[in-house]
This record gives sequence, C-alpha cells and structure tokens, in this order.
Amino acid sequence: MAQSAAPATVVPAITPISLKAIAPWAVFFGILMLVLLYFVGAEQGATAVISGEGVHEWVHDGRHLLGFPCH
Amino acid sequence: MNSISVRALLVRGMLAGLAAGVLALLVAYFLGESRVDAAIALEEAHSHHHDGGEELVSRTMQSTAGLATGVLVFGVAVGGIAALVFCYALGRIGRFGPRATAALIAGAALLAVYVVPFLKYPANPPAVGNPDTIGRRTALFFLMVALSVLLAVAAVILGRRLAPRLGNWNATVAASAAYVLLIGVSYVFLPSYNEVGKDFPAALLWEFRLSTLAVQATLWATFGLVFGALTERLLAPGTGTVAAGKSAANRAAAAAG
Repeated sequence: MAQSAAPATVVPAITPISLKAIAPWAVFFGILMLVLLYFVGAEQGATAVISGEGVHEWVHDGRHLLGFPCH
Repeated sequence: MNSISVRALLVRGMLAGLAAGVLALLVAYFLGESRVDAAIALEEAHSHHHDGGEELVSRTMQSTAGLATGVLVFGVAVGGIAALVFCYALGRIGRFGPRATAALIAGAALLAVYVVPFLKYPANPPAVGNPDTIGRRTALFFLMVALSVLLAVAAVILGRRLAPRLGNWNATVAASAAYVLLIGVSYVFLPSYNEVGKDFPAALLWEFRLSTLAVQATLWATFGLVFGALTERLLAPGTGTVAAGKSAANRAAAAAG
C-alpha cells in the first residue's frame, strides 16, 4: 500500500515473507509454544492433563511472578 | 529461501527469548522472591490447619530451579511466537526495518499480552486468591489476554487501512483510540475479582505486582533489543541499518523474500 507509492530514492521497502512459507512453521511451532506456555502457566491449576501437584509446585514461583493466576 | 529464512528467524527468536528469560529471571529472583516469601510467611501464620506434611517441592527448589524453569521456558516460548509474528509483520506494517519491527512487536506484546490484562486481572502473590474460584479466574485471565491480542491485531489492520486516507500518524492515533475504547468496554463488562484479605499488607501487594511488571518489562525489552540486533544482522549483513544503502536493503529484501 503505502510502500509502493513511496519514491524509490527513499529506503526501498522490504519484501514481506510469503504466507505460504510462514504457515507450516507457524502451525507447528505456534502450537508447540502454546503447549509450553500452558504447562508453565496453567497445568494443574484450573485444569490438569497430568495428575498430582508436581508440575504446579515446581513452576509455582514462576507462575506467580509471571502474572498467571496460580491458586 | 523462504523457509530457510523463517527457520532462521524462529531460531533467533527462541534464542533472544532465552536471553530475555535470563535477565527476567534475575529480576524475578532479586525483586520478586522476597515478596513471594513474605506472602507465604503470612499465609502460613494464618492457616494453622495447613499441617505441614512433606512438601512436594521445597521452597528452595521453587525459588531457584523451579523459578528458572518457569521463566526460561516462558521466555523461549514467547520468543518463538514473537518471531513468527515478526515473520508476518516484516514489510507489512509500514516502512520499518527488521530492528524497528522487532522493537515494535516487543513493545506491542508487552502492552497487549501483559499490561492490558494485568490492569483488569493483576498478578496475585501467594495467600491472595480463593482456590474455589481458580477455574473462573484462569478462564477470564486467558480470555482477557486473547481479547487484548485480537483487538491489537484488529487495531493494526485498521491502522493500515486508514493510513492512505488519514496519513500514518492520524491513522495510528485513530486505531489506538479504537483499541483503548474497546478494551475499556471489555473492562466494564467482564467480572472483577477482589480476593485480597483485609489484613494483607497493601505495600506488599503493591510491591509484588510492581515486581511482576518489572519481570515482564525486562523480558520484552531484552527480547526486542536482542532479536532486533540478530535479525538486522541476518537480513542486512555488513551494515548497521537497512537504511544505510540501497544495496543493503535489496539484500535484505532478497533474504526475506
């Protein structure tokens, strides 16, 4: 939009990375990262995939200091 | 070329997130842990029915290795996600080079992912919070984060649409105002929780919440600067900035496209 209208003597616009190239990475790593965040932020709090209190107790201080609701 | 470039950016994002996590961990340990300990001491002084038993994880482990696990994994995970956002945003949100794009994403993430949800559902130290409402509080917290992020993305799209008509400055102001307005409306309509005990020291609560803010500010500032430096080097090798010359920018474009 705005880039194409700009004169060529100014900084040339960076060509965006195509969506097709990003999508597989975004889906796979996006989900992986969200799973990591879930285990740090919410597992064995409101919901639990693993039974017990081990995960909750281990990341307890991190959860409080990162601002997640802990208990 | 493209997929190599996405992979290279993702790796750099996770490394920058790890570095950011290390600094955030130092802030959490030195600013936050004393407040967590003070709150736990209050909690234990009040509930005598808490008959010890064996602790699953000792306080020492929680405040060192446990804290490090939480903060570092958080750093790597948000660094990876931010890198994916960067891959999409680079060259699409205006005439910003890699370093400026990284800084903008980090700043926007601090605001949209932490500060805005925090103003409605602030972090609570141990001893604050009713265990019976943890389910609802957790759901509302993540709902607020999701809402804030979606509205921030919508604001960026709106800003880009308005830019040709209003100019960049006014379009940014208008989109930001729309974001603030809708966040304000959601603050009003989402339920609030105040589960701070009457005898919980106000100063301790304030210091604890401020230290959680310091942890996040450190994390995102470090991430923005480190990731920006790494991507600038990756996408425009040999020059300080993309603006340094047309050839450098062309190389950046070739690397990105």
